[in-house]
Amino acid sequence: MPIRFKINDVAVEAKPGEGLLDVARRNGFSIPSLCHLESVPAIGACRICLVEVRRGRRSKLTTSCNYEVLDGIEVSTDSPEIRRHRAMNLELLLARAPSSEAIRKLAAQYGVSQPRFGPIKYNPLPNCILCELCVRACTELGHHALTTVGRGDRKRIGLPFNKPADTCVGCGACASVCPTHCIPMTDTLTKRAIWGQKHDFVRCSECGAPVITKKHRDHAIATKGLPEDYYDVCQSCKQIATSQRFAAIVW
Amino acid sequence: MTSPFKNAAELEKHQKQLQGQKQLPSTIAVCTSGCVAYGANRLVDAFTKAVKSRKIGDQVRIIATGCQGFCERGPLVVVHPQEWFYEKVDGKDINDILDSALKGKVLKRLLHKDAKGKTYQKESEVPFYRNQKRLLLAQNSRIDPCSIDDYLRAGGYAALAKALTKMAPEEVIEQITASGLRGRGGGGFPAGVKWKSCRAAASKNGVRYIICNADEGDPGAFMDRALIEGNPHSVIEGMIIGAWAVGHPGKPQGFVYIRNEYPLAVERLGIALEQARAAGLLGKNILGSGLNFDIQVNRGGGAFVCGESTALMASIEGDVGRPRAKHIHTVEVGLNGKPSNLNNVETWANVPLIIDHGVKWFTKIGTGDVSDNPWGGSKGTKIFALVGKVKNTGLVEVPMGATLREIIYDIGGGIRDGKKFKAVQTGGPSGGCLPESKLDVPVDFDTLVQEGSMMGSGGMIVMDEDTCMVDVAKYFVGFLKFESCGNCTSCRDGLIRLHELLEDITTGRGSEATIQLIEDLAETVRASSLCALGTSAVNPLQSTLRYFRDEYLAHVQDQRCPAKVCKELITFTIDAKKCNGCTLCAKRCPQDTIEGKKKKPYTIIQDNCIKCGICMDVCQQDAVIVQ
Repeated sequence: MPIRFKINDVAVEAKPGEGLLDVARRNGFSIPSLCHLESVPAIGACRICLVEVRRGRRSKLTTSCNYEVLDGIEVSTDSPEIRRHRAMNLELLLARAPSSEAIRKLAAQYGVSQPRFGPIKYNPLPNCILCELCVRACTELGHHALTTVGRGDRKRIGLPFNKPADTCVGCGACASVCPTHCIPMTDTLTKRAIWGQKHDFVRCSECGAPVITKKHRDHAIATKGLPEDYYDVCQSCKQIATSQRFAAIVW
Repeated sequence: MTSPFKNAAELEKHQKQLQGQKQLPSTIAVCTSGCVAYGANRLVDAFTKAVKSRKIGDQVRIIATGCQGFCERGPLVVVHPQEWFYEKVDGKDINDILDSALKGKVLKRLLHKDAKGKTYQKESEVPFYRNQKRLLLAQNSRIDPCSIDDYLRAGGYAALAKALTKMAPEEVIEQITASGLRGRGGGGFPAGVKWKSCRAAASKNGVRYIICNADEGDPGAFMDRALIEGNPHSVIEGMIIGAWAVGHPGKPQGFVYIRNEYPLAVERLGIALEQARAAGLLGKNILGSGLNFDIQVNRGGGAFVCGESTALMASIEGDVGRPRAKHIHTVEVGLNGKPSNLNNVETWANVPLIIDHGVKWFTKIGTGDVSDNPWGGSKGTKIFALVGKVKNTGLVEVPMGATLREIIYDIGGGIRDGKKFKAVQTGGPSGGCLPESKLDVPVDFDTLVQEGSMMGSGGMIVMDEDTCMVDVAKYFVGFLKFESCGNCTSCRDGLIRLHELLEDITTGRGSEATIQLIEDLAETVRASSLCALGTSAVNPLQSTLRYFRDEYLAHVQDQRCPAKVCKELITFTIDAKKCNGCTLCAKRCPQDTIEGKKKKPYTIIQDNCIKCGICMDVCQQDAVIVQ
């Protein structure tokens, strides 16, 4: 049985257990957010995806990412109140991550250009907004090499027990999902440096480009049942080889 | 204790036996809860030794009890059966107390004296106790918390026997609902309604969790601690009845999540659980009813946020204690994804009383009408930890609906040192501060919320005219910014920024725009945080802005702290007319910034003054003025 409810007076359908934000976006409603990806569990950290949900006589503000849809609810994705609280949360985040392009842009849409708060006193990873996408991605991939440390005003993203984790394969998922691009990751032709470790790259046997870290390759082959030589050649060389084979057949 | 009770009749027989037994002529009850800080453990040892050396063990029994309540006057000793109440007892008084107990003659010099010099013999006559209604705490100065026989003799576990043999689980739930018992942890949610939903929730293998929240983290609050340290079996009995009502005939399992900073409570709870197991009151087929239930103790790691139900459950699961969204209630999907019924210590302790004495008796106490709506009022009593600038600090239990004035003046004896009352904060760090005009407000769940505060778990901090309300708001916001789990932007960063803005005001850097920003930001923290820690964190701030706005304005408009607390806004000077040049202030000044000649008026050189106030404290001429 699908769940039926309304977003901004438009009837929509969803599967039981789906998150409101995903359903809304699928149906073309735009709700801003910084800490949500469909592939990781929602935690409602950034508080930007606030919406108003009316259920029977009761109405409340809630984040849409971690709200499981229910039959008969009426959702409003925009109102002066919602905009006011989104703006204030963005102002807080902008003060925490002043040089993040993504946050500056979003904040500007809500009329915030210069936060009324000074630089945040404790933020060992500059521009980090503690959305935990990195931690959740790492956990979802099964590596558990990142964690949150502490709570309240001393909360930070860090390594378990403050030591580079053995389980980190240098995949870089944490850095790529980060909305403020604040996780330092440096690649050369031969090595990737991330979270206090250096990982050797597998180089493409055709063109020499870095393909994947050796540790990540070993992990992927072992856990996904891929052929041993799967990562020997880079993606673009594989495509070139395929198109050459095609050309030989066609012409 | 002999062997486990196989059924209710055996329990009753044992109880009758205990009640029929001849008691020793005297029982001396020494508070060993908070009074330990005054050396009460040494008192117990000394009493025990003296009884042994004087060979009077067949006449006097010494018991170490839980908190007896009147903490201000500790160490406390009550002599039974006469109920003589002795305060500020010292090691030197031991033999006199023993003598008086043996002779049956009261020892006058240790009795409580009121301000007018009137003495009171009995505990129940002392004004501090006389104006209370002690139901949950009734046994605290009577029983040895480490003795299940003491609890049984006082009628303990009779309610359990009644529930298990004479009442169907649904009937128990009906009674609890009809009693109007509401959650004492602060939420005020009707317990019966919660139990009913938890019983109705689907559980594939029949597992339902019965959880006791004993993670009492509010600064200055110790109600739950006192109950567990003083009468742990009452909490256990409540939980077993809860397991019967919510989880039978499934597989109910119990947890007590208790803060590890309460070593004595953890110890006494552990002893009580062992005793209950040995008596067959926990374990398989309890009293032959078919109920299988046991309770496990989980010790908290010190995070305030773990008192929030979902964070508490995450912590039991072994995860970082942080709340999750409760769009689906924990009674349906809670601990380990199973239906979970969580209640606070005090709520559980009320359950045996209700089953024992009945709904009619319970609903006579308190406010409102709950006959067809469990939200219709606040029934029963509530324990408060009365602390701060009040004369009689301690643990008080009053009927719901008692006014703040009754609690603070009749029980608390009014404000210390002849000062003026300024505010009272109810409900712990997330409660609001109410001014004098609200003193006649009845203390119940709904009225306190209406007035901008809350019941909370029962902290009650009284403040006098020397308290700066901006400083108070800063303190609580500072506590919560440290204790926020840090998940939500609005709570984590919101509280950090609110603390900074309040700091601006207390240091004279604030303006009216600062106040405006605080108000806007506080609104967002309340409206857009996930759990109750965030949504209620701004209560102290918003309530002080509502009732003490003029103090905020004095700080930002005139750079003045009316209570003379905020260091950046005050100066210490010496009144040349009053100073007799005794040199005391100059000698004690840690900055060496008070100059002058002996027997001539001294002056404070302001540049180096750190405003510690020592000069003011030591001056015997009252010559130091703070402005």
